[in-house]
Amino acid sequence: MGLVMGTFSLQSKQVSYHKDKADDDLEMTMVCHRPEGLDQLEAQTNFSKRELQVLYRGFKNECPSGVVNEDTFKQIYSQFFPHGDASTYAHYLFNAFDTGHTGSIKFEDFVTALSILLRGSVTEKLQWTFNLYDINRDGYINKEEMTDIVRAIYDMMGKYTYPALKNDAPKQHVDAFFQKMDKNRDGVVTLDEFILSCQEDENIMRSLQLFENVI
Amino acid sequence: MAAGVAAWLPFARAAAIGWMPVANLPMPVAPAEKNKRQDELIILNVSGRRFQTWRNTLDRYPDTLLGSSEKEFFYNEETKEYFFDRDPDVFRSVLNFYRTGKLHYPRYECISSYDEELAFFGIVPEIIGDCCYEEYKDRKRENAERLMDDQEDNKDAKLPNMTFRETMWRAFENPHTSTMALVFYYVTGFFIAVSVITNVVETVPCGSAPNQKEVPCGERYTVAFFCMDTACVMIFTVEYLMRLFAAPSRYRFMRSVMSIIDVVAILPYYIGLVMTDNEDVSGAFVTLRVFRVFRIFKFSRHSQGLRILGYTLKSCASELGFLLFSLTMAIIIFATVMFYAEKGSSSSKFTSIPASFWYTIVTMTTLGYGDMVPKTIAGKIFGSICSLSGVLVIALPVPVIVSNFSRIYHQNQRADKRRAQKVQKARLARIRISKTGSSNAFLHSKRNGLFNEALELTQLPYKMNLSDQGSTEDEKRLSKSTSLLESQHHHLLHCLEKTTNHEFVDEQYYQQSYLEGGLQNYPSRSPSLSSQDGVTGTCCTRRTKKHHTPLPNASAPAHMQPLTHTHTHPQGLQELSTIHIQPLSTSRSSLNMRVDEPAPLNCQSSQITTAIISIPTPPVTTPEGDARLPAGPAHQNVVKVSAL
Repeated sequence: MGLVMGTFSLQSKQVSYHKDKADDDLEMTMVCHRPEGLDQLEAQTNFSKRELQVLYRGFKNECPSGVVNEDTFKQIYSQFFPHGDASTYAHYLFNAFDTGHTGSIKFEDFVTALSILLRGSVTEKLQWTFNLYDINRDGYINKEEMTDIVRAIYDMMGKYTYPALKNDAPKQHVDAFFQKMDKNRDGVVTLDEFILSCQEDENIMRSLQLFENVI
Repeated sequence: MAAGVAAWLPFARAAAIGWMPVANLPMPVAPAEKNKRQDELIILNVSGRRFQTWRNTLDRYPDTLLGSSEKEFFYNEETKEYFFDRDPDVFRSVLNFYRTGKLHYPRYECISSYDEELAFFGIVPEIIGDCCYEEYKDRKRENAERLMDDQEDNKDAKLPNMTFRETMWRAFENPHTSTMALVFYYVTGFFIAVSVITNVVETVPCGSAPNQKEVPCGERYTVAFFCMDTACVMIFTVEYLMRLFAAPSRYRFMRSVMSIIDVVAILPYYIGLVMTDNEDVSGAFVTLRVFRVFRIFKFSRHSQGLRILGYTLKSCASELGFLLFSLTMAIIIFATVMFYAEKGSSSSKFTSIPASFWYTIVTMTTLGYGDMVPKTIAGKIFGSICSLSGVLVIALPVPVIVSNFSRIYHQNQRADKRRAQKVQKARLARIRISKTGSSNAFLHSKRNGLFNEALELTQLPYKMNLSDQGSTEDEKRLSKSTSLLESQHHHLLHCLEKTTNHEFVDEQYYQQSYLEGGLQNYPSRSPSLSSQDGVTGTCCTRRTKKHHTPLPNASAPAHMQPLTHTHTHPQGLQELSTIHIQPLSTSRSSLNMRVDEPAPLNCQSSQITTAIISIPTPPVTTPEGDARLPAGPAHQNVVKVSAL
């Protein structure tokens, strides 16, 4: 009989183990972060006070703790692309936003990046984009990095596309990109080459102005 | 998109700048915000209680009353507020839904009043959050059962044209429908009782002749009992055959438990008739008589409680199994211990371990017959431990079984597990539909977005021919058809398409084109479009006169998809290469709902209707290109015209 009771008590111990784990998770999310004052942010970015207010309300609603970690970020971004898998691209985006490499995005990082993207000069925007593509932050974009980025973008399309996605579509895209950008044909694209090539391309210039009035 | 996530749309659009250098195609024009309102507070007056919220908060769900223009019907000009003559307590939950994206069901609220409020405000109950969904479903089910019970009294109304067979079956199943059925019910019940009593009395010793030993009544009045038995079996056989005849599905009837009991009850008699007085099988025959006692189970047709008990035992199978298993373990352990403890003593009844089983069972169930008792001290100690633990082991699963019984009894033995599964399946199906619905919303609204864009493209060169009034009128109408949020989201998806040079299509279309292996020519099913050059259009620009037919708030029937390899026109306008008309699934902008919540696919979107746009005068291909207008009526079929 004691054996019977013993086996049952063993089972109950396992249950409580899982519960403890959940408690730990709860504790971690209690970390809270408050941004600097509204005036400072207004000075640092190109947004007006009202715009910052609207942005913060949306930010705080989704992330009450004041910081976004990578999982939440991926989740939020994936909701805009229900067809495909946006997690890889969201990962690269997260790294681009998280300039301090802290593993989480605070409101200041968020608003600084948005300020560049929406209100910055062409050079700043291109610099930010270069940073996004340069995954290992070594100052050069090589073919592997670019292939990763392009593949991540294609992943967002999902499976049901017209025409049907072929396996080498990203590769072709990357080759075309390098054809255009790599001026000295050394296999990597530097920041200057990038900015120069983009400024030569009318389409790109025009599309950079596309999101001027997003806020 | 969930509530708060809608606020992140600007971020997602800004991040789209990351795609720009990679794209080879020019990007579509962004939807312009016509009258950009600053976010303002609006007051909602619900039966005197005032709620205030941002306008943007309500705009998150454009397919509800508060999020759409329907609320304008409730606008009070003098007080500058929206007045609703509804319950303010329930409205709290409704408004919180907009704020947090989660709909909660308050426990104190009546289920039908809550449902009514949700229906009024255009919110589908399926999106109730998981925290409250179980409660909501339980209450709803109880309510439905109560309604059904009320209706069941009317259910027995006889249907107009029932065949004789159906009438008989109904009579068998519901005895109180007609007097004949009632009579039959009572007669069979009587004979079941008679048969059972006969079987019992048969074995009673009946008085005897002085010099003989006592004989049971069965052997003394053999003939009488035989006649009684025959009569009962006759009745049961007739009844069984009648049920078999009347059953709607004979095969299913023969497999059912009750029919098996019937068969087992009457079979021994017939077998007895067949093999008479054969010494070898008489032993087996006697055993078969035992099965006559199964007649008592026929009573379960007459008693609902018996059926519930049977159902309870079936549903508590796992608890019963656990009880049995733990008992077996304990019995084996204690029997072994007792055997070895009592081995030493002489004249011990514990001759083997299986012999000790009997002692263990009798002790654990606290029966204590006393036919086997331990004599050694060790045996007595272990015996007492055995009896104490017996109480525990048996007491443990019993409350579970009892509570199960009461639950089933109170719910009148409805198969709620089966229904819950169906509901769960339905819910999952709705979630799946909403996921495809959100992507379909984009595919469908692609036309809207592109039509919009086409209009804007046509603005510049065509300004001399168009009256400004006409164009802005049309634009206004179109912009009303989708919310700003949605159009921005669609613009974002469209940018992605341009970046990768592939289009989003829905699953059916993908399967089709995949199977067809990439057609070059597409059959044109549109009679109007056939006014173009046969099947394939031209790749030159077409000139159409812009027709001022008032466009209803409708989707554009066709949209143009410029591809890279068409030559660009000297004036920089893009070419008509393919026209795609996708089959529609009319989902109201479910894009603004959480993707993992089922979206309201309830009704046709009032904003999106398939319109017939009259075609302008036959297209004339001219070298000087002017802007084209998408033309052609909207069809439900897939119409693909390749203009390559």
